[in-house]
Amino acid sequence: MTRVFVSGDMASVALGADAVAAALARAGAEVVRTGSRGLFRIEPLVEVQTAEGRIGFGPVAPEDVAAVLDGSHPNRLGDVAALPFFASQQRFTFSRCGLVDPLSLDDYAAHGGWAGLDAARALPPQQVVDVVKASGLRGRGGAGFPTGIKWQTVLSAAADEKFIVCNADEGDSGTFADRMLMEGDPYCLIEGMAIAAHAVGATHGYVYIRSEYPFAIRVMEEAIRRAAHRIAPFALEVREGAGAYVCGEETALLDSIEGKRGQVRAKPPLPAVSGLFGKPTVINNVLSLAAVPFILAEGAGRYAAVGFGRSRGTMPVQLAGNVRNGGLYEIGFGVTLGELVNDIGGGTESGRPVRAVQVGGPLGAYFPPSMFHLPFDYEAFAAAGGLIGHAGITVFDDTVDMARMARFAMEFCAVESCGKCTPCRIGSTRGVETIDRIMAGGRGGDRLEAMPQIRNAKGAAKTVGDEIGLLRDLCDTMKYGSLCALGGFTPYPVLSALDHFPEDFGLGAVSSRPAEAAE
Amino acid sequence: MIGQEPIGEVVTRQAARLDGRRGALLPLLHAIQREIGHVPDEAVPHVASALNLSRAEVHGVVSFYHDFRRRPAGAHVVKLCRAEACQARGGAAIERAAAHRLGVAMGATRADGQVTLEAIYCLGLCATGPNALVDGRPVSRIDVDGVERIAAEVGA
Repeated sequence: MTRVFVSGDMASVALGADAVAAALARAGAEVVRTGSRGLFRIEPLVEVQTAEGRIGFGPVAPEDVAAVLDGSHPNRLGDVAALPFFASQQRFTFSRCGLVDPLSLDDYAAHGGWAGLDAARALPPQQVVDVVKASGLRGRGGAGFPTGIKWQTVLSAAADEKFIVCNADEGDSGTFADRMLMEGDPYCLIEGMAIAAHAVGATHGYVYIRSEYPFAIRVMEEAIRRAAHRIAPFALEVREGAGAYVCGEETALLDSIEGKRGQVRAKPPLPAVSGLFGKPTVINNVLSLAAVPFILAEGAGRYAAVGFGRSRGTMPVQLAGNVRNGGLYEIGFGVTLGELVNDIGGGTESGRPVRAVQVGGPLGAYFPPSMFHLPFDYEAFAAAGGLIGHAGITVFDDTVDMARMARFAMEFCAVESCGKCTPCRIGSTRGVETIDRIMAGGRGGDRLEAMPQIRNAKGAAKTVGDEIGLLRDLCDTMKYGSLCALGGFTPYPVLSALDHFPEDFGLGAVSSRPAEAAE
Repeated sequence: MIGQEPIGEVVTRQAARLDGRRGALLPLLHAIQREIGHVPDEAVPHVASALNLSRAEVHGVVSFYHDFRRRPAGAHVVKLCRAEACQARGGAAIERAAAHRLGVAMGATRADGQVTLEAIYCLGLCATGPNALVDGRPVSRIDVDGVERIAAEVGA
């Protein structure tokens, strides 16, 4: 019986992989469902096991199945790993994703699984923390805080109970690495959490997964059940979110696990000192924890040898939006934004010029192609008024209206604000209103026109220039006055849109964009 | 009362299943919503009593999270992504087309109860948008034909 591999990843399924897998089974093939390799242009991808190794075909439709099985289908890709998109990657964290049956413990062990946990458990906790420190690993979830330092704080804290919490509430548009890893290689995350538990002396862990990722929830729950004996005495549990973006903020996430509204907590105390249920808690992103098995198995030096400046190791970059080769691309830090968008991403899918890319999700800055020389590096992006965040890159072509995108950022903040602090809760609503007035060409038509005492008040904004001054003030207040990144970072997309694309706000040069951009 | 079983008994049964889990409120609300489709206001005092919380705390949580419904949804639920990556791929036009074709505004349930149309912020399918979840099934690269297929599927 011919053995074939078909992705069961949510993105592949959304493109029709289930129907292809069913057709293959009807044709008599033995179908193994894997995660996705991560190049969605070739999904649904079918890989056929042959004497020469796996031969890929993609994209494939159900009616193509006979031609795939006899090897005659024109969408023959050969060895998928040899395609330029894959051959140029450095896959430390995603080495198994797309290759293995995600829930097969045999597959996991056969592909190097558990080597990191075994190595860790042969060491005293302090030495495990030292290895993580030496690797240079920084939080892959956004701010880039050194993971080893966080673990050290929890290890050093005296408590009767400690927790490991995985923040799998990756809600940033343009990011999907967490989802792909949990669906395609769940044991990697479980192993990373078990290593963390040994390192700090934790007995219980939670994976908090957003409800928008139903496939990931199912796979993780089953994987935890199957791996329970392997990670004991450490015990793990999945917690399902309930559609609140702010729960990606670590302290809001902790409140949510505790069964409360997901509102942010003021820091200090840090969660490492007083976190879940008031106990010392390691809270890391999926990609941070999933990087740990490699580090323990292969050594801190091998990980730290890759990277750029103080950004060590690899980053699973996600190419999203209007991009030809959309997908997951894991590479050492230091690759430039332009290389990622144009060389690897292949430019826009629409074939029109790239106008803007947003890096780091809805709270990340928009960059024009003139800034494509920026190296992918935490410090370089911060210096350019942006952030790497989850390393999602969303590409827009020249039909984008950047004032609309700035308005959307404010609107998103208003919808998702937890309401605890005023700059975020009120500021975002006022921000939408202010951008509306800018887009309308100033205060004309606004209801305040009917209130002469306000219109004529000293300092009342009237022109577009005045409104933009108001918007900048508002962003300043949100940036420095908000309790967490939701209100604090929303100014990044808003101000970067304003600074790099002023013509869309009715300022400076008139854009040469085509008429449909006004749509 | 929802269906045959009084809501209090549904809550008690689901709470018993979660016995021993700390911070059990969200799992309990999810379980109730999975079983009866929404979290009715009548459930709140029962949940409060089962978990030793105040009614205000339970109400605060139910109303805070976007996922929990206080009223039943339509027979079919279409969730359309309106986050940036889908917008970059023409999502706004598909949003308008879907609202028009399904005959219901974003965030509303059609008068005949057939379809609920909701916004969702990111399914993690950001390279193949515009995306939707149709009764829990993910659909990518939605174009005008895709909107027609979704409409046919939900009987609109």
